[in-house]
Formats: sequence, structure tokens, C-alpha cells
Amino acid sequence: MSFENKNKADGYWKENIRLVLILLSIWAIVSFGCGILLVDVLNEYTFMGFKLGFWFAQQGAIYVFVALIFVYAAKTHKLDQKYGVDEE
Amino acid sequence: MDAQILTYIIVGLTFGLYIGIAIWSRAGSTKEFYVAGGGVHPVVNGMATGADWMSAASFISLAGIVSFTGYDGSVYLMGWTGGYVLLALLMAPYLRKFGKFTVPDFIGDRYYSQTARTVAVVCAIFVSFTYIAGQMRGVGVVFSRFLEVDVDTGVYIGMCVVFFYAVLGGMKGITYTQVAQYCVMIFAFMVPAIFLSVMMTGHVFPQLGFGAELLDAAGNNSGVFLLDKLDGLSTQLGFAEYTLGSKSMIDVFFITGALMFGTAGLPHVIVRFFTVPSVKAARSSAGWALVFIAIMYTTIPALAVFSRVNMIETVNGADGQGVPHAEAPSWITSWEKTGLIKWDDKNGDGKMFYANGETNEMNIDRDIMVLATPEMTNLPAWVIALVAAGGLAAALSTSAGLLLVISTSVSHDLLKKNLMPHISDKKELMYARTAAAIGIVVAGYFGINPPGFVAAVVAIAFGLAASSLFPAITMGIFSKTMNKEGAIAGMIAGLSFTTIYILYFKFVNPEANIADNWLFGISPEGIGLLGMLVNFAVAAGVSRVTAAVPEPVQQMVEAIRFPKGSGEAQDH
Repeated sequence: MSFENKNKADGYWKENIRLVLILLSIWAIVSFGCGILLVDVLNEYTFMGFKLGFWFAQQGAIYVFVALIFVYAAKTHKLDQKYGVDEE
Repeated sequence: MDAQILTYIIVGLTFGLYIGIAIWSRAGSTKEFYVAGGGVHPVVNGMATGADWMSAASFISLAGIVSFTGYDGSVYLMGWTGGYVLLALLMAPYLRKFGKFTVPDFIGDRYYSQTARTVAVVCAIFVSFTYIAGQMRGVGVVFSRFLEVDVDTGVYIGMCVVFFYAVLGGMKGITYTQVAQYCVMIFAFMVPAIFLSVMMTGHVFPQLGFGAELLDAAGNNSGVFLLDKLDGLSTQLGFAEYTLGSKSMIDVFFITGALMFGTAGLPHVIVRFFTVPSVKAARSSAGWALVFIAIMYTTIPALAVFSRVNMIETVNGADGQGVPHAEAPSWITSWEKTGLIKWDDKNGDGKMFYANGETNEMNIDRDIMVLATPEMTNLPAWVIALVAAGGLAAALSTSAGLLLVISTSVSHDLLKKNLMPHISDKKELMYARTAAAIGIVVAGYFGINPPGFVAAVVAIAFGLAASSLFPAITMGIFSKTMNKEGAIAGMIAGLSFTTIYILYFKFVNPEANIADNWLFGISPEGIGLLGMLVNFAVAAGVSRVTAAVPEPVQQMVEAIRFPKGSGEAQDH
């Protein structure tokens, strides 16, 4: 085992799951939420000339997706270092 | 120089480049063939993944689909990008740590079962074949239009080129050719979009331009927003409002979901994350792949709007009353020759008119929108040539990636792991190349004799991936208690539910394929998401009442959950 003890291993995995759940909720909110379920409500607002709901469905969600992956990569790398399980 | 000669030159140059790279980087071992030796930089790998992912369908058809369906087209835009978030967060780093070559490798080992492996191999091969048939057709169509050869000849030329670099180069070769193809493809896609954005709205970025105000003839803001104008035109002509679309909300929801989870379950995408040097690289590589994909996918809806407005105005004229056919621009007449635009002068006034319903006189195939746009808007000849080269790059890069998955599945998963476990590395490589060669011939056959149901089969491919492979892989990582009985039962339940639903509406009883008959109003395209839920539910139930997971497998699951000690992709 690469962790010092069982507690550390559980702690690492718990923090990782928490991070993934937070990021996936954002993922669901921008796409399924803003782009689909709330699209009619958001279309009442305009954003840079777009109806907001339409913008989320065809632009905004995609930008957020990209950001989510890089946030995940950076955060998990920090987590690896904190628990001493990175690859170096 | 005219567009024809320029097309020959540009397409010839890019092909020379691809073949050169394939020869320079050809594979010498199975490891190089399957996973490029496991040493590809994450940005390079991301770019290659982008090229692999963006097929002829993305390049040629997607903007056309969005152009004709407006908001409804968002299902593809979100579905085919959102899947990468799932890949990055739920699969790529763990599969990289697992460190073998293929998806069936993981499923077979994790579920300690030859049956599970076989189900996974069958899914992988089926998904890849349905894809590649459409790709070879795409190659043929682009060649036939721009090189003025017939479609069959186009397919033969494409087969030869794909054979060269997929069979000789393996993963190492195609990774580097795909980088070149990405560059060609994205440049070819962006140039016309930027030209149009500047011409119509004065914005350099098409992503901003399609929400902006139109410029008037003098180059000043006209006060009319492009999307408002398009909404107006659409309702006036009897279409659904462009920014609202016409699909029901539940259907949009389920199709988007099926495409997202399907994307994350596609073997030819997953295998990409075995080629990077570390777990850390696998995480960021997924991000880079999505960056390169997003550049195109955020431009697609812009190009869709530009070409839609241009198309309507060219056909109906500035006054909206129709333009006399005798004065039609040359792109209309040249596409009429291919049969992809048809004019039927119903009211006998000699004018063309485009609308929804009785008064419509134009039948315009949506697949031509991207290819026709440069001509439609009088862009220079070199742009037209570039778009041809880009379309070919898109089709070839995807075909090569898929062929590799097929050959790996046959030589590695089927032969080495199932039927003849003692063959040597050299023999295995030979079988891999033979399988790729056979794959090309079969794909070429479907390219020349396309089955009428290619589009329907693609829906099955995503549905299958979402309802079988995605749940099996994620449960294998995130649950230590999921056993082989549960996983196999889940895969089979999800797979059969999805397949039966799609087969019924697409093949057995196509007349019944309307919203009233669908389960909860979900179309066959979106049923994979429900199939995935069925898979999860059945797997959870069955695993509860069957034997526990053996201790060594539980340890393996624990070991793939953190990066330390990942090493290179392993031989056996």
C-alpha cells in the first residue's frame, strides 16, 4: 500500500469523490439545467445579443466543460501531493 | 488559378504530409502499435484525440444539422463535448493507472471473467464498425465533389491512404498524423467562419459574431441582431423559431444525456488515454482534447447561423419574394448537378422560393452547408480548396483511429486473450495489421454500397456505449463491491433494452416512430440514457444477492484509485 495507513487512503478517496461530485453538479447545472430545463426562463434575459438559455446550450456549457476538466486536473494534483501519492 | 487546380495541389500536399509522417514514425512493436509506446505528450495527445473525435460527420454535417434545426442542434453540441468531462473525471486517470491496452482488458480483469471481456469486445467492435462505414462514405463524397471523380473512386483512394498509415504506423503513426490533420481541419473550418463573421457583423470571433448586430451596406451597425433576424425569417417562412427549436424538452434532455454518456463509453476515445506517460497527463490530456474540440464546436453554431441567413437570402432574395432561377448563383447550379439541391417550380413563376410547407420549391440537403458556404459567400478559391482538404482530414483521421480499435480488439482481445494465448509479439502484430487490412476492405465495401441505415446505426452505437460500457467501467472503478455477476447482468440488461427499443422503432416498425408511441416521449436516439439507468439498477440488484468480489480484485481497485506507481502501459 502506498498510503501511510488506511485512514489516509480513505481520506484521499473521500476528498476525491467530493471534488468529483461538486464538479459534476456544475457540469449538470450548465448543460441539463441552464441549457435544457431552464432554457425558457433564461431566454427572457439577453447576454451579448444572445437569448441566455440559447447561449448556454450552444456556447456557455462548452466553455464551462473545458474549465471543469482543468480545475479537476489541478485540484487532484494538489490532492496527490498532500497525501504523497503523486507520481514523482 | 481556379478552384479545381488549387484543390488538387492542397489535397495532394496534405496527403503527402500524412503519408510522410506515417513512414517516419512506423511502429516496431505491439506496444508502439497499440499505445504509441505510452510516451505521448498530453497536449499532442489532446490534439490527436480531437482529430480522432471530429469525424467527417462533425466537419461536414454538424453545422448543416444545427443550421436546419436551430436550438434542437444543441443536443449534439453539448452531448459531444460534455462527454469529455465524464471521461476526465470518472475514467481516464484510473484506466491509465490500470495500465493495460484496451477497454476489454480492464473489464475482463476487473470482473475476473472471460465472459465480461467477450461482451466488451463485441461492443467495441460493433461500435467501431458502425462508425467507420459512415466515414468511408464521407471520404467518397468529398472526393467526388472536389476532384470530380465518382464516389466509388473516391472511396478507393481513401482506402489506400488509410491503409498506409493505419496499418504501417499503428497508434504511433496515427497519433502524429492526426496532429497534422487537426491543424489542417481546424484551419479549414475557421477561415470561412471568420471571413463570414467579419463580413456580416464585423466581429473577428465567430463565437461573438453570431449574437451581434448585422452590419448594413455602409459597414455600420444596423441595429438588427442577427439571431432576431433569423428568428423572424424562420417564423415568416413557417419554420419553428430558430432559437427555440421543435423537439420536446424531455427528448432534448435524453438525447443530450445519451450522447454524453455514449461519448464517455466509446472505445476509440477511451484508448487515447492509455497513450500518455502518466496519470497526471491523462487528466490534463482530456482537458486539452476538449479545448481543441471546443474551438470547432463553438464555431459550428455560428457558421450554422451565417450560412442559414445567407442561404435564405440567396434563394428568396432581399425582398423575400424569390429570385428567378435563371439568375441563380453558380453554387446552386453546380450542387443541382449532384442532386443535393433540387428546384421544383410549383407555382410556375420561374422563381426559387424556400419555406416550410406547401409553398416550398427548394429541396436542399443539409450536408452541403459547410462545403457550399465558401462558394455561397464568394470567398476566394483557395478557401474552397482548403475546405475540401479539411473534410478529408476529418474523415481520414477518424477512420484510422477506428481501424486501430478494430485491429486491436481482434488481435489482442479476441486472439491473444481468448483463442490463442501463446502467440508471439511479432505474430500478434501481424494479426493486428491483417485485421486492420480486413477492416478497411469491409469499411470500403460499406462506403461503396452504403446501407440505407447508417444514420440509424450511429444512434445505436452511442446507445450501446452508454448502456453497456460506460456503467461497467465506472462501477468497476467506484465500487469495490460490484462483482462479475452484477456487471455482466447489467451490461446484458442495458444492452438488450436499448437495442430492442432502437431496432423496434428503426427497423421493425418504422411507421410507429413518432412521439406518441415513445416510452415517456423519449426517441430512439435518446433511449441509451434510460438503458444506462437500467444497467446500473440491474447490476446493483444482482451484485447484492451473489458472491462477494475476491480479495485480489478489491486490492486492484484500491490500487488504481491513486496515481503513485503508474509506470508505463504494461506488457504482459
